[in-house]
Formats: sequence, C-alpha cells, structure tokens
Amino acid sequence: MAKVAILFDAFRCTGCRGCQVACKQWNDLPAEVTHNTGSYQNPPRVSANTWLLMEFREVDDGDGGGRWAFRRYACMHCVHPACVSACPVGALHKTEEGPVLYHSDRCIGCRYCMIACPFDVPTFQWNKGLFEGPVIKKCTFCSDRLSAGLDPACVHTCPTGALKFGERDELIATAEARIREHPERYVDHVYGKEEAGGTSLLYIGPVPFTELGMPQLGPEPIQEKTEGIMTKATPAVLVGMLVGLSGIYWVVKRRQEMMGKNRG
Amino acid sequence: MIRGITLRRPPISPAVVVLLGLMAIGFVVAMIRYANGIGAISNLNDSTGWGLWISFDLLCGVALASGAFITASMVYLFGQERYRSVLRPAILTGFLGYLMVIVALLVDLGRPERIWYLIIFWNYHSVMFEVGWCVMLYTFVLALEFSPLVFERFGLEAPRRLIHALIIPLAIAGATLSTLHQSSLGSLYTILPDQLNKIWYTPLLPLMFWLTAVAVGPAMVIVESSISSRVFRRGLELDILGGLARVIPFVLAAYAAVKIGDLAGSGELDLLTKWNLASGLWWLEMIGFVLLPMVLFSLSAVRRSSTWLLFSALLVVSEVVLSRFAVSLINLSRPEFAVRYWPHPLEFAITISVISAGVLAYGLVARYLPLFGEHATEPAGK
Repeated sequence: MAKVAILFDAFRCTGCRGCQVACKQWNDLPAEVTHNTGSYQNPPRVSANTWLLMEFREVDDGDGGGRWAFRRYACMHCVHPACVSACPVGALHKTEEGPVLYHSDRCIGCRYCMIACPFDVPTFQWNKGLFEGPVIKKCTFCSDRLSAGLDPACVHTCPTGALKFGERDELIATAEARIREHPERYVDHVYGKEEAGGTSLLYIGPVPFTELGMPQLGPEPIQEKTEGIMTKATPAVLVGMLVGLSGIYWVVKRRQEMMGKNRG
Repeated sequence: MIRGITLRRPPISPAVVVLLGLMAIGFVVAMIRYANGIGAISNLNDSTGWGLWISFDLLCGVALASGAFITASMVYLFGQERYRSVLRPAILTGFLGYLMVIVALLVDLGRPERIWYLIIFWNYHSVMFEVGWCVMLYTFVLALEFSPLVFERFGLEAPRRLIHALIIPLAIAGATLSTLHQSSLGSLYTILPDQLNKIWYTPLLPLMFWLTAVAVGPAMVIVESSISSRVFRRGLELDILGGLARVIPFVLAAYAAVKIGDLAGSGELDLLTKWNLASGLWWLEMIGFVLLPMVLFSLSAVRRSSTWLLFSALLVVSEVVLSRFAVSLINLSRPEFAVRYWPHPLEFAITISVISAGVLAYGLVARYLPLFGEHATEPAGK
C-alpha cells in the first residue's frame, strides 16, 4: 500500500495558523489558557489539547534585518518510530499506510514514548486523575478523514498550499523539483527524507533546519540502538548468566566436597 | 489507694510516630494525585516527562537494592559462607527496596490500575518491557527468598524446607534477573543519542549501570549494617563487612576503565577539558565518588574502621545517585521553550513517605521476625 505523507513548504507558509485551528476544530480540542510570551506563537508547545502548533522564529535575513521563519510542530509520523519501539505494551503502532496511531486502551501512562521521541511530540494529560484515565495525545494524521477519502484537516485548510498531502515518494520528488527550480528559495535539503530512517512529514524551506529547532539526526532509525540490545544482548546475557552461574556453583560445590573429603 | 506509680515507656517510640506521620502525609498527597492528576502534585510537564520519582525512587532505588543478589550469589553460588549473617538483612533491604519502587510507580504511572497490562500486552522490542518483566519476576524471587523468615516465625516447617530446596535456582534466577534489569535501566537511555550530553551518552550505558549496581551492593550492606547495629544495639561484624568491602575496588576500577575507555574510543576525551555542568559532574563522580572510595576500600586500615567503612560506602552510594541523576535528568537537553524542571515539594513528600514506609517496615521485621543471627538451616522455633 502506498505510504502517505505531508509536505510542509516553509517558503509558502505565511504563519496564518489556519492549520492549527483546523486541527483543533476537527478533533474537538479545547482552547488553552496561556500567557503572552512576546511572540505570536501560542501556546508555547504542543500539549494534550494542542496537537499541531506553528512555531514563530525570527532569523537574520542577511541584510541586517529579520524575517519570520515558521515551523510546523507536530508528530512527524516517522517511518521507524522511536515511540512505537519504546512503548512496552505496544499502545503505539505504525500503520502500513504511514500514520503512527495510538491505542489509549492499552496505555499504562509510563511516558517512555515522550522520552524517546526525538521531536518532543507525545504529550500527556497531566490534570486527569485516576478515574478520568489520562492518556497520551498527539497528531493522528487525521486517519479518520483518510479512511473517508478526505485529506487531513490541516492540509485542507492551508490557503497557500504550503501543506500538500500525497504519497511519500511523489512528495519527495515534488520537494526536490521545487528546490531545483528555485534554489534561491530553499535550502538544498528535504528534511525527513532520511532523518532517523525517514519521516512522513517532509520539510523544505528557506532557513537551515537546525535554526528552525529541528534536531540534527542521522539516517539510522533511532531504535536500532535499543533493539539491538533487546534482540541480541538480552538473550545472550540471559543464557550466559544462567549457564555461567550454574557452572560457578557446580565448580565451587565440587571444590568444597573435595576439600571435605581430603580433610576426612 | 495508691499502689505505686509506674512510669510507662510510650508503647510507640517517637521515631515510629515520625515515620508514621511522614507516611500519612504521603498517603494524603497520593490521594490528591489520584483525584486531580499527576500535574496537581508535581512539576512534571510535556518537556520533562520523568522527574524525581524516576531518577531517584526508580533508578536509585533499584540500584541500591542490589545488595540482595550480590550477597545471595556470594553465599549460595560462590560458597562464601562467612557472609551468611548479613544475607537476611541484605535480602530484606532488597525486597523492601523493590516494594518501594513499585509503590512509587503506583504514583508516577499515568494509569497505575493498568500496571499489570505488561503481563498481557507485549512489545518485546521495548527496553521498558524487559525492565517491567524483570522487576516483576525479581520481586517475586525476593519474596520467596524472604519468606523463610515468616515461615520460621510461625513454625511452618514444610514451606520453609521447600524454599530451602529451591534456594540455588532462586539465587541463580535472582542474579540473572538482576543483571538483566540493572543493565536495561541503562539501556532505557540509549534511545537518546541526540538528547543526552555527549560526555554521558554511550551505548555502554547498560554495562555502566550494571557495574555501579554491583559496586553499590556491598556498600549498601555496609551502610545497612552500620545503621542497624546502632539502632538495634547489636555488634558490628567488622571482619565480615571488611571482607565484603574488598570486592568494591575491583568493580570501581572496571567501571572507571569503561568510562574512560568509552570516551577515548569515541574521541570525546577533549570534551572533559571544557568546563560545564556535564563535564563538572563527570569529574566530581570520577574523582570524589569512584577513585576516592576505590583507594579507601583497598586500604586495610579503612576496612578495619567502622567509621571509615561507612564513609567510603556512602561515597559509593553517592556515586550511584549522581550518575543516575546525571544520565536521566540533569544532562538531558530540553527544547528551547521548555520550562526548567525542579521537583515540586509534593514530589519530595511522596519520595520521603515511601522511604519512611521502607524504614518502618525494616524495623518491624527486625523486631518481629528472625532477621539477625538465624541460620537458614537451623530448625524453626529455636
């Protein structure tokens, strides 16, 4: 099955935050009480009630002035998600079509997914008590809209076409074509093509991605480090300890018996 | 008629009253948490999902309970009979330690009523899965290793003999499970190569966590023996503790070698020359809490002095606390907009309350169960 993706073109983005509002409206998320931090960016980060956030940054425009740099902050729906690998009960899972979905009926609230995600995406309902059942919240790629043949709410709303929905391979080709046609508009890099094994959210834009707060990630999937431990080291240690300790016990016991015989 | 005035000692000592009070405070705070959510009693937030309870109650708690499997291995597997007299207190410390970890988890977990879901939902790619299962199984092993105290007290000979017959497999299982989860608590953080400071991040974190757990096991036995000998007015078996202490320098040396070798191997030794929080903590740990106790414990004069033994053991305990906090909290980078985390007073209240419960339980066991001086093979009801 073709993998879906979203292309975020930071050059076309005007920071209108229609996507942010559309996400809230479609998912019935309440507003948050915040305070003025001196930026148009509000709330300050994604949370259980804000799954998509447009970040505002001011960067040097090279002429001694400043310009806006907008960054879409939401789940990247990674090809090899660290959160899926980290969750001990498998409450997060990667669908074949691409979206990383979450099953709240399994979640035990350990929050390891929040620690593991390199993009700081999963959020938790800190204000819900035992009987309200707090869960992890994040962008769902509007999988309910996808199964009805619609595009995600954020893409649908975007007035400038900064958000484009489609198949991942096609969107990568589109992104690279745009960079080729207008090299003065874009940094020569499609973020998400290879980072951490690739993500379903692809970014192109005029500002280097580290200046946008995007983590600098190598091409290996993040969980390769821990899955190597789990699939290779753990069974080896398990068997090694069982065999080794039994052996030591046997050797020590034999020696004690021999010494007992010699003394007798 | 006045028969005589008898001065009665209060049936409950002031220390117990204080401990019960701290436990009561923690209970109330926990009820607030269950009513209003974790946010009501903590400063945890989406940028800092794990805080004091994970870094201290879980990571340090599990490491500091390692005396149980170390002592059990030495007595049952390596044939070191002379440590038998500290075995039961070490098992008790371990058992209570793990129970305290579980209680703290019941507060920290978002859905504590689902703590048992690990039994039915499996993602065996997850390090957390291994941690959860090994802790569950090992707590069960500890309960079995602790049970002879109960069986002896109530004269239940058959169950006591059953446990005694199983003691070797239990010791092997205990050491294996402990190795697995002591190391995998380190593996939890190997998924963070970009967030954890370069000086502290290494794929060898599991090995380092295991080595420090092995080093602090004998150290905790020394600490526990020193405290209980004072509280219960029993003699301190200095020669036994001194023997245990001999192991520690070798383990600390191995740990220091791994730490230095790892940085050298990845060409990061020069990071230590830049002065910042991460490098400062590294040097503090290495010099004050690894090299210093390593030297101290290798001196027989130190091993013969109860004061110096305790001091050196506390240095090793400090090393464990520092390294766990350094990896899990202090040196984890946060997004630029994140609020800096410092534990809420009520987070401390929970931690202190759990520790008080453990201390109280230890005292109760020492008073009502055959904790000291009983030989496992001696008949019950002696």
